Amino acid sequence: MMSEKILYSYTGIFDTPNAVIHAAEQVSKEGFTKYDVNTPYPLHGMDKAMKLPPSKLGYVALVFGLAGTLGALLSLWWVSAIDYPIVIGGKPLFSFPAYIPVMFEVTVLSASIATVLAMLFIFFKFPNNSHPLHGTEYMKKVSSDKYGISIQAEDPKFDESLVRKLFESVHAKEINPLYWDNDEINHKNKIFEPKFLVFLLVIGIITSCTAYFTLNKLMFMLPFNWMMEQPKQNAQQRSLVFNDGFGMRQPVTGTVARGYLPYVFKGQPDLAGEKLVNPVPISKESLKLGQTKFDIYCSPCHGYHAEGDSRLRGQYPNPPSLHSEKVRKWSDGRIFAVLTDGQNVMPSYSSQLTLDERWAVINYVRALQRALNAKESDLQ
Amino acid sequence: MSSSSVEYHKKELPKKFQTIGLVLLLAGLVIVILGYIVNPERSAQNNIIGFSFLVSIAVGSLFFVAIEYLSGAVWSTPFRRVSEFLSSIIVILPLLAIPLLLNINSVFHWTHPEPTDKILVGKAPYLNVQFFIFRVIFFWLIWLVFYYFITKNSRRQDHSKDQFITTANVKLSAIFMPLFALTITFTAIDWLMSLAPHWFSTIFGVYYFSGTVLAALALSTIFIVALNERNYLVEGITSDSYYSLGALLFAFTNFWAYIAFSQFLLIWYANLPEETIWFLDRWNGSWKFFSIGLMIFHFLIPYIGLLSQPSKSNPKRLIFMAGVVLFAHYYDLFWLVMPNFYKEGIVFGWIELGFPIFISGLIISVFVFKTNRENLVPIGDPKLKRGIDFSL
Repeated sequence: MMSEKILYSYTGIFDTPNAVIHAAEQVSKEGFTKYDVNTPYPLHGMDKAMKLPPSKLGYVALVFGLAGTLGALLSLWWVSAIDYPIVIGGKPLFSFPAYIPVMFEVTVLSASIATVLAMLFIFFKFPNNSHPLHGTEYMKKVSSDKYGISIQAEDPKFDESLVRKLFESVHAKEINPLYWDNDEINHKNKIFEPKFLVFLLVIGIITSCTAYFTLNKLMFMLPFNWMMEQPKQNAQQRSLVFNDGFGMRQPVTGTVARGYLPYVFKGQPDLAGEKLVNPVPISKESLKLGQTKFDIYCSPCHGYHAEGDSRLRGQYPNPPSLHSEKVRKWSDGRIFAVLTDGQNVMPSYSSQLTLDERWAVINYVRALQRALNAKESDLQ
Repeated sequence: MSSSSVEYHKKELPKKFQTIGLVLLLAGLVIVILGYIVNPERSAQNNIIGFSFLVSIAVGSLFFVAIEYLSGAVWSTPFRRVSEFLSSIIVILPLLAIPLLLNINSVFHWTHPEPTDKILVGKAPYLNVQFFIFRVIFFWLIWLVFYYFITKNSRRQDHSKDQFITTANVKLSAIFMPLFALTITFTAIDWLMSLAPHWFSTIFGVYYFSGTVLAALALSTIFIVALNERNYLVEGITSDSYYSLGALLFAFTNFWAYIAFSQFLLIWYANLPEETIWFLDRWNGSWKFFSIGLMIFHFLIPYIGLLSQPSKSNPKRLIFMAGVVLFAHYYDLFWLVMPNFYKEGIVFGWIELGFPIFISGLIISVFVFKTNRENLVPIGDPKLKRGIDFSL
């Protein structure tokens, strides 16, 4: 049974972009407001021909862009100057130049996301996917190689004969009435259609399953694991090989590692001073090495000339001068004990300086001491 | 549609402009010569600014002509001649280079380095007077050759209407483009970066390039809009073309800010004394306000002023903003050059006015001279009709 069809619009089809632009100019000149132009691709000059006002989308971009700039600035300021203040690279806590790249990125991100979402939900009325032009012959033509104008029947100036005459005057190739689909008229635009919800749900499930599979399974499969799993013993890990279960092993009893000498005078500096002899001869190389190491490790507290005059003075327990009577009278072995074990607030330097380096530093300290307390014979 | 004949009636510019150009030129020349007599050192320093500014206008305009050919752009074809005329300044560039080369010792510290200065002695194979002069002449010849052939082809097309001339110019532009990149980079290093010979910045060439493009584009925009509003160009150029010029100006304003900030951020972050000293010189005393002014004139005002759509299509606002950008480029060059010599604070006197007046007179005179002799519109160009029909 055919019920009476309701007219939606009159459509005119054109062959060239220039013809449709010219036609659109005429249509807007006639005073029509409810009409649309459909073309396979955007046409230059169409906005002007249809007398469309500038898009409002720019304001969305502006507002959200500025919000992004300000939001980034405020959050960076709060994070790095208020909530968790850490000095980075000697810069002030609130260091504006470092924020600019982040502010820029957040501006672009929030402006573009807001623009896309506003376009979808406000301008395209997103969950609505129904339009009377959909699925018509007209639509098939104007989405491939033709250009069309559709003037809607609800336009206050609409009149069948008038519209027909108008289309004829601008040389439309085809002029056809277009009717509402009966289903579509009764169609209520629901925000959440079950189909759409199911679609969202399926996408959600697929995305999370893929993410789960990739991160928890795929990454641990042999060709993909990128060396995450290696057949090696990690520190502190329980060993399956050794009976005692320790992964970290002690050296075999009675052996010594290469380049390593056990230090037996721990806690007995005076004994070390008596027993230890400096094995490194005084030479240009050893003094040079000693100077390098002294400048790196000792000078921050004792100063470059061992006078205890570094810039730490006054901010920390004052480091002693190495030119004192006491230190000058110490044997090399006694100083070695200090370097190896540490003394008072001075920590042990045995992990920073090798055995030879420690002796070289001592040689250099001797040279410094000699420079301030020269003997008569040095003058010759 | 098919009839591609464009009606163009050549009109001479009013005599007024010729007079204005000559008066500015002579007044500027008098101040410049007086300046050289009274204080040759400071005049030579101003001369660097003036020379770099003219290079920006001349070579930047040639860059625009070349990039139009290379990209096959049609929207800019109806007013390409404006850029071509401005690029003819290349011919008279030596006019500003010669007085400078005569005073080379008073501006460039590297011409007479102390023997103990290991850095300058190490840089001497590049930074020495002979090689410097060779480079100046060599680069100028490159620009001159490409200027000559590209514009000659363009002029020939007015009569012959031969569209293969466009193809020839596309090839010329393709060769010119990498040479332009190299020459403009080395020009920036030679004339501007070597003023602080111990300092270096690898992005400096790009920094000068961004200013170059802005200055050339801004000046072309001023001429194009002013000429079109008074109907010196062809009928049919609409505000859509203005919008495109404004959009390009806006884009390059952002590009300049991006490059300038990149240079600053890396130096600020690394905080190496030999690099930061250059920015500290520009943050010392009253230079601080000058540097803040640079951000305002070169970025903030053009950015806000060109952000909205009407500001790009409205001729008056577009000309104003282009003027601001043009001024900002001179300001930028002043900021690059002067703090190297005057560490205590801003210097400004009548000597500083000589070169801007002289240069504006020069540009106006050259433009009037070219306009009265040649067509202001490339009437033989096959893209012309499409360019006039251009709409957004």
